[in-house]
Amino acid sequence: MKIVVLLKQTFDTEEKIDIADGRIEEYGVKFVINPYDEFALEEALRLKEANDAEVIAITAGPERSSIALRTALALGVDQAILVSETEQLDHSYHIAALLAETIRPLKPDLILAGLFAIDSGSGSVALQVAELLDLPHASAAVKLQLGTADELALEQAPWNGQLALVERDVEGDSEIVLLPLPALITAQQGLNEPRYPSLPGIMKAKKKAIIERFPADLLNEPLQASIASSATVRTAITPPPARQTGRLLQGSSEQQTKELLHILQQLNLVESEES
Amino acid sequence: MSQPILVVAECKGSSIRRVTFEAIAVAQKLLQQRAGAVHCFLAGPGEGAELQQAARELLTYGASEVHLASSSEQTESNALASLKPLQSLVQQLQPQFVIAGHTAYGRELAPRLAASLASGYIADATAVELLDDGFAFTRPLYAGKAFETRSFTGAAPHIVTIRPNNHETAAPLEAVAAANESAINTLPASASPLRSIVREVVSRVSSGIDLTEADIIVAGGRGVRGSEGFQLLQQLADQLGGAVGASRAACDAGYCDYSLQIGQTGKVVTPQLYIACGISGAIQHLAGMSQSRTIIAINKDPEAPIFSIADYGIVGDLFEIVPLLTDELKKLGRQA
Repeated sequence: MKIVVLLKQTFDTEEKIDIADGRIEEYGVKFVINPYDEFALEEALRLKEANDAEVIAITAGPERSSIALRTALALGVDQAILVSETEQLDHSYHIAALLAETIRPLKPDLILAGLFAIDSGSGSVALQVAELLDLPHASAAVKLQLGTADELALEQAPWNGQLALVERDVEGDSEIVLLPLPALITAQQGLNEPRYPSLPGIMKAKKKAIIERFPADLLNEPLQASIASSATVRTAITPPPARQTGRLLQGSSEQQTKELLHILQQLNLVESEES
Repeated sequence: MSQPILVVAECKGSSIRRVTFEAIAVAQKLLQQRAGAVHCFLAGPGEGAELQQAARELLTYGASEVHLASSSEQTESNALASLKPLQSLVQQLQPQFVIAGHTAYGRELAPRLAASLASGYIADATAVELLDDGFAFTRPLYAGKAFETRSFTGAAPHIVTIRPNNHETAAPLEAVAAANESAINTLPASASPLRSIVREVVSRVSSGIDLTEADIIVAGGRGVRGSEGFQLLQQLADQLGGAVGASRAACDAGYCDYSLQIGQTGKVVTPQLYIACGISGAIQHLAGMSQSRTIIAINKDPEAPIFSIADYGIVGDLFEIVPLLTDELKKLGRQA
């Protein structure tokens, strides 16, 4: 079994965002593997341990992204591929096309990715990869089982061969979905508890090669035309609107509560006594 | 230029979701004064008397035509089942924009639709602005630590999802109170092969109010100290008609389910009222809720960063304040 994990390197969640000259300052920022991608990576490693799978981590981005791949190697992935790209990193179709063309010849049984990246937050690249590769997907998985209908103890299934039985989070409710492999599945928080790299793992990873791929070799003319037709452009970037300094309510708990209630009534969030 | 705009409508149970009415209003804004119509796509399960009812309602909110896709695989959340019929409809209508809610359903459907059409996609728009030469869409980055404005430079159709709770809702039109049945089309059943099946849906949200669409959220952090504490928050939320949320610290500590988590990991919410109980205010949490209209913070620690963004703060014990407020609200309820 072959599993591809899609990774993105993002700012650490505790980083503040500084905007200078119309762009986000990256200098001195701590980078991590996107937290949702960590769940995907952990799930791939667990499947590898249980089923003897081969795991390939792929990212598209600038040179610094290789640090994320190095971490993935330290955690136990078998192969790491960096698609070197410094342009149009926020153009989801562009990145999806690069990833899809990198994945296509690998013919994986399963592609795992995070539900969304905590920076751009669109949650679009992985699903666009699925569409470009014509694969079914299930998103926001909190539990994943693979196997034949027999192995999954299903009485019947509309497909033969390997299946994925996915419990997914749908706005707080959960849904059980069945789909045939190959498929793409995105990971939601709660899928697993990601491990930390071990020291021997880190040492071994230093010696492993990271395979590089280049956009010019991956994108044919029709794809380039599609990338142009699907382009969007950033025209401005701003900090969030500042909030005015608030007010602390004074007095005993009872007095504070009464005042709070009065505030809620003034805001029309709670019925007033008069009405 | 009479290209229509297509809204991907969504129901929850038998009622149309509010974000759909927001999407219709955004569509009307995008049409400006030019000629053109707002069409709606609505997918649902089975025979669909409820679907017909929802379609009639969409007409009264200004949709000129409603296109229904129904199949046995189609559930409220099965985006894959909607993809093919939506694709065919888009190819037939050639809309300028396709607008969906940035919901579980919309955020799965929109990127796949965009990829299949090689269309541009702008996700999770919080504001739409008309420019002299086009349109600008504002959307959050880093869960709201920054905002960017984007425009489409490629060819139509352009795909947009809008963040719930951030846009005006369309108003019903009195003139079309008697809905024109001929404006409701049923799309031909898709002949495409089955791609996934939903075997079971387990409802776990007790109040039935989705966090991202809730007007009022009562959220708890590490200071809530356990699942019993969260029951106090639930009681307050019930009185207020709101939903319960949580910080990562509370989820990590096992006080509540991860599906309640608000923050840069987790959900981003923009309710009218956010009551933060025992939440210190880590940067990653603030990113997920600092765009709420009114923020009330209850925390023992006067130095907690949450107070720096709260409109009203109470330095005190949530185990006293929350039950007191719940009781006051109950008293009010009895008077009304």
